[in-house]
Amino acid sequence: MDWLKFFRGEKKTSAQTAKERLMLAVAYQRSGQANGPSYLPRLREELLGVVRKYIQVPDDAVQFSVQREDGLEVLELNITLPDQ
Amino acid sequence: MAKIIVVTSGKGGVGKTTTSASFATGLAMRGHKTAVIDFDVGLRNLDLIMGVERRVVFDFVNVINGEATLKQALIKDKQFDKLHILAASQTRDKDALTQEGVERVLNELAQDFDYIVCDSPAGIEKGAFMAMYFADEALVVTNPEVSSVRDSDRVLGILSSKARRAERGEDKVKEHLVLTRYNPTRVSKGEMLSVDDVKEILAIPLLGVIPESPSVLTCSNSGVPVIREEGTDAGAGYRDLVGRFLGEDLPHRFITEQKKSLFSKLFGAP
Ligand SMILES: Nc1ncnc2c1ncn2[C@@H]1O[C@H](COP(=O)(O)OP(=O)(O)O)[C@@H](O)[C@H]1O
Ligand SMILES: [Mg+2]
Repeated sequence: MDWLKFFRGEKKTSAQTAKERLMLAVAYQRSGQANGPSYLPRLREELLGVVRKYIQVPDDAVQFSVQREDGLEVLELNITLPDQ
Repeated sequence: MAKIIVVTSGKGGVGKTTTSASFATGLAMRGHKTAVIDFDVGLRNLDLIMGVERRVVFDFVNVINGEATLKQALIKDKQFDKLHILAASQTRDKDALTQEGVERVLNELAQDFDYIVCDSPAGIEKGAFMAMYFADEALVVTNPEVSSVRDSDRVLGILSSKARRAERGEDKVKEHLVLTRYNPTRVSKGEMLSVDDVKEILAIPLLGVIPESPSVLTCSNSGVPVIREEGTDAGAGYRDLVGRFLGEDLPHRFITEQKKSLFSKLFGAP
């Protein structure tokens, strides 16, 4: 962030907007959710439902990533529990 | 052993064929025996850009099907005898490119060429995949524009997980960023993503920046790869790019706005 511009109240350039949008789009693509199996979004929803039977968690508590390791496709699943 | 280089992008119309033609010509100009193959089955294009369309007798699919020998199908460039072109078929059969067939042709080419350049079709379907699968290195052609950059990132993901090198657990495909249709004036106005923006997002080394240039169209009108045209900025960009690919340490040009001379400032000449 260009603080000088910020304090002067200048608007973002359209190239900056493009860059910020791309960073997010690319991060999603790289997380593997985009090119993983098509059942991933449903699996995620159902898992979220199961977790919520026991504990209240926000929507982004269940995260996936699909990675390749030594020629094997690995599905990594993270469930973040809220602080007690 | 030949090096196989795919020219890829995901998105169509970004400059893959323009880049393939100039890159292959540049390697041959520098004395390397080079074959360039058009993988765009159904939409043959490279022959026109290289000015050999009237000499196409047999094509890539004919060779795969055993209807012609590789020797019969390869078109030798009139200007540079180290340069050979293999045209795409115009068949509408989507399955004409088989993995075994492509592999056989590449293996045969590898016996007496230094470089094999594969001009990929757009998309991530069969033809694009076949062009990518056997690659040792990749030129990822990208325009400074959101959909092109995202598609390039997608292609990078496929290269690193699905290419033969990945499947065999070998060193990964060596990736090079080729940023084309770059307009430094618009970048300085904040209207276009800069080289640094694209480098940061894609996180691969930059091989070259090719400016947006009217000479690309006029060269394609006459079937001359722009790299052969002295005195054009795009041609100079491609000559630098080839030099860097061959290991030369050349500074990047065409990244900043050309400073106007005092004369042109005063008199408004271009
Ligand atoms: N550096 C450039 N400056 C101006 N026009 C360009 C440049 N590179 C490519 N083009 C134009 O963009 C269009 C698409 O180029 P092409 O190489 O056929 O792309 P692709 O093979 O990726 O579909 C063509 O009309 C070509 O003349
Ligand atoms: Mg093309």
